[in-house]
Formats: sequence, C-alpha cells, structure tokens
Amino acid sequence: MTTPEAKLVCRNVWKLFGAEAEEFLASHDRHPDPDAIAEAGLVGAVRQVDLDVHEGEIFVIMGLSGSGKSTLVRLMSRLIEPTGGDVLFKGENLLKASQSRMIEIRRHQMGMVFQHFALLPHLTVLDNVAFPLDIQGMDRAAREARAREMIELVGLAGKESAFPRQLSGGQQQRVGIARSLAVEPEIWFLDEPFSALDPLIRREMQDEFMRLQTKLHKTIVFITHDFDEAIRLADRIAIMKDGEIVQAGTPEDIVLTPATPYVAEFTKNVARAKVIRTRSLMTAVAGGEEDGARISARSNIAEAAPLFLDGATHLGVTDDDGRIIGRLDREAVVSLMLQG
Amino acid sequence: MAMSGTPLLEPDTAQASRSPFRLPLAWLIAIAVFVMFWLYAKPWFPAAFDYPKAYVIKLAKWISSAMKWLINEASFGLFSFTDLTRFISAVLDVPYTLAASLLSTGFLEGSGSSAIQIVPPLPWVAVIGLVMLLGHWLGGRSLALLAGGCFLFLAVFGQWTSAMITLASILVAAPLGVLFGLLFGVAAWRWRWVERMVMPLLDLMQTIPVFAYLVPVLFLFGFGPTAAVIATLIFATPPMTRIAILALRGVPGEIIDLGHMVGCTERQMTWRVMVPAARESLMVGMNQVIMLSLNMVIIASMIGAGGLGFDVLAALRRLDFGAGLEAGFAIVALAIAMDRLSQAAAEKLSAPSPEAKSSGFLARHPYLVAALGLLIATTALGSVIPGIHTYPEALQLSTGTFWSEVVAWININYFDTLEAIKNAMLINVLIPFKRFLGDLPWFGVTAFLGFAGYRLGGWRLALLTFCLPLFIAVTGQWEKAMITVYLCGISALFASLIGIPIGIFAATRDRVWSWVQVAIDMLQTLPSFVYLMPAVMLFRVGDFTAMIAVVAFAIAPAIRYTALGIRKVDPKLIEASRAMGCTEWQILTRVRLKLALPEILLGLNQTIMFALSMLVITALVGTRDLGQEVYIALTKADTGRGLVAGLSIAAIAIIADRLISAGASRAHHRLGLE
Repeated sequence: MTTPEAKLVCRNVWKLFGAEAEEFLASHDRHPDPDAIAEAGLVGAVRQVDLDVHEGEIFVIMGLSGSGKSTLVRLMSRLIEPTGGDVLFKGENLLKASQSRMIEIRRHQMGMVFQHFALLPHLTVLDNVAFPLDIQGMDRAAREARAREMIELVGLAGKESAFPRQLSGGQQQRVGIARSLAVEPEIWFLDEPFSALDPLIRREMQDEFMRLQTKLHKTIVFITHDFDEAIRLADRIAIMKDGEIVQAGTPEDIVLTPATPYVAEFTKNVARAKVIRTRSLMTAVAGGEEDGARISARSNIAEAAPLFLDGATHLGVTDDDGRIIGRLDREAVVSLMLQG
Repeated sequence: MAMSGTPLLEPDTAQASRSPFRLPLAWLIAIAVFVMFWLYAKPWFPAAFDYPKAYVIKLAKWISSAMKWLINEASFGLFSFTDLTRFISAVLDVPYTLAASLLSTGFLEGSGSSAIQIVPPLPWVAVIGLVMLLGHWLGGRSLALLAGGCFLFLAVFGQWTSAMITLASILVAAPLGVLFGLLFGVAAWRWRWVERMVMPLLDLMQTIPVFAYLVPVLFLFGFGPTAAVIATLIFATPPMTRIAILALRGVPGEIIDLGHMVGCTERQMTWRVMVPAARESLMVGMNQVIMLSLNMVIIASMIGAGGLGFDVLAALRRLDFGAGLEAGFAIVALAIAMDRLSQAAAEKLSAPSPEAKSSGFLARHPYLVAALGLLIATTALGSVIPGIHTYPEALQLSTGTFWSEVVAWININYFDTLEAIKNAMLINVLIPFKRFLGDLPWFGVTAFLGFAGYRLGGWRLALLTFCLPLFIAVTGQWEKAMITVYLCGISALFASLIGIPIGIFAATRDRVWSWVQVAIDMLQTLPSFVYLMPAVMLFRVGDFTAMIAVVAFAIAPAIRYTALGIRKVDPKLIEASRAMGCTEWQILTRVRLKLALPEILLGLNQTIMFALSMLVITALVGTRDLGQEVYIALTKADTGRGLVAGLSIAAIAIIADRLISAGASRAHHRLGLE
C-alpha cells in the first residue's frame, strides 16, 4: 500500500481510553475485538486505523460525532498519545520522536485549523497570524511581513489590527487559516474548519479553500461530519464509524460501490452526476480527432450535461494537456442522470 | 460517555419524591436509635456523654511548643527560622512604608514622636484627582465621578488619614495576593501532585475563621502593619489560587491544542497561551482579592494594621456607636470605589480595543501627562494653600453624635420593651436549645453525623463526617463546640426565616430586587465589627446580642441565593405553567420553589458559613464558644490554643458544608438540572 509519495502513514493505530490500556492492547496481540474492549471497561476511540495520505492530495476523514475522527487527527499530530501503532511522517516515526523533536516538527512542518478557530482573544489579527512564528523566535519585522502576506492571501487585508471578537465567524476562520499557513507547513490538518459557520458562509469558505489549494498544493487531512462537503472537496475519503475506518477511497468509489449499508445511508441521497467524473463514463478513444464540444476528464457529469443541450450526441473528453482521450455519449449521461 | 441513558432511581429517592413529608425508613430508624441511645444509655456508657478528660489529646500544647521551638531553635543551617520571618517582614515593610508614607504619613526622619516630616504625603486633592483620572481611563465619566465621590466622602467625614493607611495596606497586599495566587494556580494546573496538595489546603483555609490566622501570624511576625499585610496575604491568596486553577481549566481544549501545534515549549504554553487566554476569569480573581484584602485589613487591625479597621475596633471598645458607624461607612465607600475600579480594569484589560495610533508622547499618554501635571500643580499649590494639602477641619462633617443619640434615645424610651423581648427569647428559645444540644451524647452525635454522611454521599463523606466531630471531642473542645453549634444554628435559622421570604418576595419584582441587591451588597461590605455595636448598645453583652449581630450579617446570602435561585428558573417553564392555567401562587409553590431548592440549600450553606465567621467576632461581646477560645488565644498569642479552636470551627463548617452540598447535589440530580 505504501506508495513512494505517501507523506503521512498510519499503521494499526489505536486509541483506547481507560486504565492500563497499553498493557491491554499488548496482551491482545494488538488486535482486540470490540467485546474484549468493552469487557475491560475501556473505550475504543480509534481502532485499528491504517491509512496513507499522499503528497498534494486532500484526504478527507468523514464521520458523525463520536466516530473518533477528531481523535484520529490528533493522533496524527500526536496531540493525543496513541495507545498503539505507528504514525510515519515523511518516513519518520512520530511516536518515537522526542519531545523537542516533536516541537521542532510542529513548529516547521505542521499546521492546524480548528473548528472553533482557537484564536487568542488578547492578540490582534496580525499578532494571531504571527503567533506561531513568534513562538519559533522569529524577529518582529520578519514575522509581521510574513503574517501580512498570509492575511493578504486569505483576503483579510485591512483587518490586521482588529481583535478576533470584532470579526465574523467566517473572518475568524480566515485568520485561523492564515495562521496555520504562516509556517509553510508540509502537512495541513483541518479539524471541521467550516462546521461552526452558517451554510452560505460555509459554501463560500469551501470555494476559498479550493482556491487556496490550487495555488498551494498542500498535503491536507480534512475532518468533517458533512458528507456533501467531503464529496465536494476530497481527492480521497475515509469514512469512520465507532473509531474504525469502514471505507476509504475516491468519492466516486464510495458513491458507486458503498462497502457497507452504513456508507450506503450517506450515498443514497447524493446526486451521482455531481460525483462521477467524465473519465469514468467515457468510452476510451485512442488518439481521437476533434469534433464538437469538449470537456475535461476531471469534470463531473453534472458539469458536462448542459453541453448536450444543443443536441450534441457526444462530447470529446480531454486530459490535462488538452488531448482527446475519450468520448462521452449522450445516452450514458441521460441514463446516469435518470438514476438520480 | 459510556454511562449515558437514564440513571436508575435509587429506591429511597423514588419513595421520597412520592411522599415528600415522610422520611425514608433508614432515617427513621437512625433517629430512633439515636434518641434511644440519648435517653437510656447514660448509666452504661457515661464516656459517650462526657468525653473523659484523661483521654484528651493535648494538641494545643504540642502545637504551642512546636511554635516555640520554631522561634527559638529552628534553623536552616545558614540562618534560623526567626531570621527568615524577620527577612520576610523586612522585605514587605519596604513597599508598605513607601505606600503609607506617600498616602498618609509622609516621609519621616527619625521615629516615634520625635519624627520630623521631611516630605509631606500626597495632597488629598491630588489623590482624589488621580482616582478620578483612573476612573475616567477605565470606565469613562460616570466611573470617574463615582470613584471621586467615594474618596471625597472619606475626606469630608474626616476619615482621610485612616482610610489612606488602609488603602496603603491593600495596595501592597492585593497585587502580591494576585501574584502568589496566580503562581500557585499555575503550578497546580501544571503538576498534578501540587494540585493534590493544594486543594485540600484551600478548602481548609477557606473554612478556618480569619481570627485563627491571626494567632500564628502574630506569633511569628509580631504586632504591626507588616504582620497585618502578611495575614491579609494568607487570607486573600487561596481564593485567587482557586480562581486561577478554574480559569486555566476553563481554557478551551482547542486553544491548548493550538499551543502544542505551533510548537510551544512548556513555558511558552503557560505564559504565552494559557494565562493570556484565561485572562478574563483571572481578572475576576483580581477583583475578589482586592475585596477580600479590604475585608481582612479591617480584621487585621487586631494585630496592628491601623487605619479604618482600628477606628472601628477602638469605637467598639469605647462603645461609641457613632464613630464606629462612620468609620464603617468609610470602609464601604472605599470598598465601592475599589470594587468598581477593579471591575472596570478587568473589563478593559481583558477586552483590549485597538489603540488609536498617534505620534507624540502627549498624544499617546494623555492620562499619564494629566496625572503628572496634577501632582505637580497640587503639591505646589498645597505648600501655599494648606487647604489643598490637608482637608480643612472646619469643613468636616460628622454624623457620629447623631447616630449615638439615636441609640441613646431608643435606649431611654424603649429599654423595657427591648429587655422584655430579649428575656423572652432567651428563656423560651435560646436557653432550652442550648441545654438540649449540651445534653446530647458526643458519641451519639458523631455516629449520627457519620450515618447522615453515608446516606447523602457514601463512604468517603461518612468517614469525613465521623472523623471531624471525633477530632473535636478528642481535643477536648466538645462543650464549646456545642455552644458554637447552638449559636450558629439558631442564628442561621433566624437568618433563613427572615431572608428566604425576602428573597422570594424580591425575586419576581425587578425594581425591588435592584434595591435589595444594593442593600445586601452594603451589608456584606460593612465590616463585621460594625454589626456588633448597635446590638451591644441595645441589648448589652450576651448570647442574644451575638445572635442579633450574626443574623444581621448572615442574612445577605439567604436573600441572595433564594432570589437568584428563583430568578434562574427557566422562563419557558413559567410560561408553560401559566399556559396550563396555574395561579401565581401555584407557580411559586409548585414550580419556582421546587426548582430553586438546590440554590436555596446552597444559600443555607452560605448562611451557616457566614454565621460561623461572624461568631468568632462576637467573641468580643462575651460568648463562651470556640470563638472565645480563638479570641483569648489571640490576646495571649497562644498559637496552639487558637489553631485547635480554629480547626474545630473549621470542622463544624466543613461538616455542615459537605452534608448540605451533598443534599443539594442530590436535589439537583433528582430535578435533572445538570
């Protein structure tokens, strides 16, 4: 499974809450079953998680409240000490790292955005964004220059000297985003960043987030409880339930072939046309010629559909370089959309 | 989270909620056993009734000899214990002398009566001006006027010099109290073992009567303002520590995560993230420390704090009610000013607002410049016009004689009525109750308290409520403790009987409530000595007088908690009951009072605590309880005697507190309010 570009890898990661959890895990061959956990009076917050996050992708961990997703993201940055397993960051086992090494890694290579923003109330926007750099010991001029750059990036220029309580929720989270990016992290954790926002603002922030990502190409672990948000943003999704990952894959995989009835519950109301990409529905054409309208292989069917309105029977599907790699037929699109 | 779902009702709670007037069986049996034991067991177990003298542990003596050893022999190698205490006194003396010289005495050359003033203290006009500037900076014009008015009151009524001495003590004690409290709080937050050590100590220190603190402080640090500052520090630090721990715990988990994620070291985490994030709650602590310091400085006048507290105490000793009341009002004025100023400071500092950026020293620091200007101008003018420097005596007012005359008039005209009331109360209520309590077998009471602890809070509480009375008996304090319980119980009862109806009445009437609030705030800031004076003058010394004073002091929490409890009841429930057609009376009795019950119980708890703390002070009017023990110990500087009596009072307080809290939390639980 470990592909060369895997940035962050979790191997058999466990978090059990309760007394003597580590001994318990060791004595059960590192794979205790749920009954044994309950019997020992422990709570299995995260159980047997294996996953890898690739360089430059948006990896979404989706689950309802209590599913262990927030715990999992904190295990990845070792904010919570795992009970067992390995967390490899760029090949280095974080669980073996010393306290000072951990501080070093967090200072320079990790960034995190929090659900309730976690802005320091006594600092201005500028000082909040510059705070991680200040902690590193960077001098005032350099850190403020960098902070201004980040504030500009998230579109808050002019608000530098405001205090957090003077900003709206959306603006506060922009500050949180700017702050987490100030250290130029290699991995970017977002823990339900938009959950505390109103639906309209949430939509706007999702767009903003995608805009930033096309610019920055960060490796991202994104936590959410909102399946639509997951579908919208993810390159790959892991769905969690009761501390376990029940299915991991691309949004298309999950919508088309839900692994369990639990996952199917989420997918059944999702309009497939919004998930399935043209690449999956096209018939491959080797070195095809150009006629009529074209569409990118990355687009989804909902985006392709309007192009058939003028009566076209098929579209040319192009790759990132603009070469035609396949043909999308009207019938295929119609039958998919009729399925809902 | 694994324990979610409806909690099972225990059988006896279920029963109790069905028939509120019937005690559950276990209680009935326990009471029956207790009564039987009391009535019939005396011939067989005399030792269970009067604790045998031969087995009394002489704890007081041991403590006293330990203290003597500390003073005379103890040494840390390079320096002795006495050196240490002297060093602490000397260090604290520097800021105190500075503050006192500046505000009140002026800088002196030489000592005693031969002292010559080389630099005069700040002119009163300057101090009032500074206070107003501070008020304006913190809270605008209205605060400036309020603070200025309070200080002007001090000058007009001739309390200026004393008030400035009191202020000097607070200016030294309060910042140190905040600092130490914060440091302890941070330590307890950071290291679990510190917390485990500190928490029980905090509980104990809050319940030991303040007089008991004075005894060892007097013994170790002598008599004088510095010792008073130390006593104040010891008194004001624990609440700040508690608030600091709570404030740090209250910091959202995400902020802590943030601190870790940006790679804070432990130190950065504490001082750059936690303490600033907890700033708002910490500021509340600052306000508390200032108010408590003020309270304590008054009491510490007994070991030489001087100032307003000394004036009240001296007036009490002369039975000069008017003078005492005036000094008391001066304390209230000072308290109001300091309370409002520190509240405004807390608000201003915890919610910073963007400062207008402008250049130039004057534009950036207008208040500083104004303050300096004021100082220079008033000092210069003061040396020419004495009225600016010292408030002219000719303009002073005094209401002292008026109050004294009021009391005298009442005494002349109503002496017989008052005497009749007093005697009727003594003969019919107080004395029978006192006899009844004195008769009870100590062992029976101890066992019964243990049982009550078990029923209300399980084994751990039972152990506590059994061992504490045992401690009182074993150290030979039982009889005096019973007198304390009697006085405290009867006062708390009267305070509740008067206070709870007032609270109920005021709760639903906003207008009335706002006035009642002012009145009880005032009652709580008046130094407790003040209550004694009218009581003594009308009823002379004795238990009844003590009771009147205690009731007057302890009524405030009874009113406050009742009213707050009723006001806190969810308005939706009131709306629902009204929609169902309840009359106002039904809403009050069926809904409001039922739901406010836990709050009212907490109020009762506080009433008892207030009564206990006031009881010690009533020792001044000749009660014969544990308070008297502490007072005698204070006059003899007998640390052991004072501490043991103080600990016994603390034991009574802790028993009452834990039992009532356990009852309240049960009520809470049953009502599903948590």
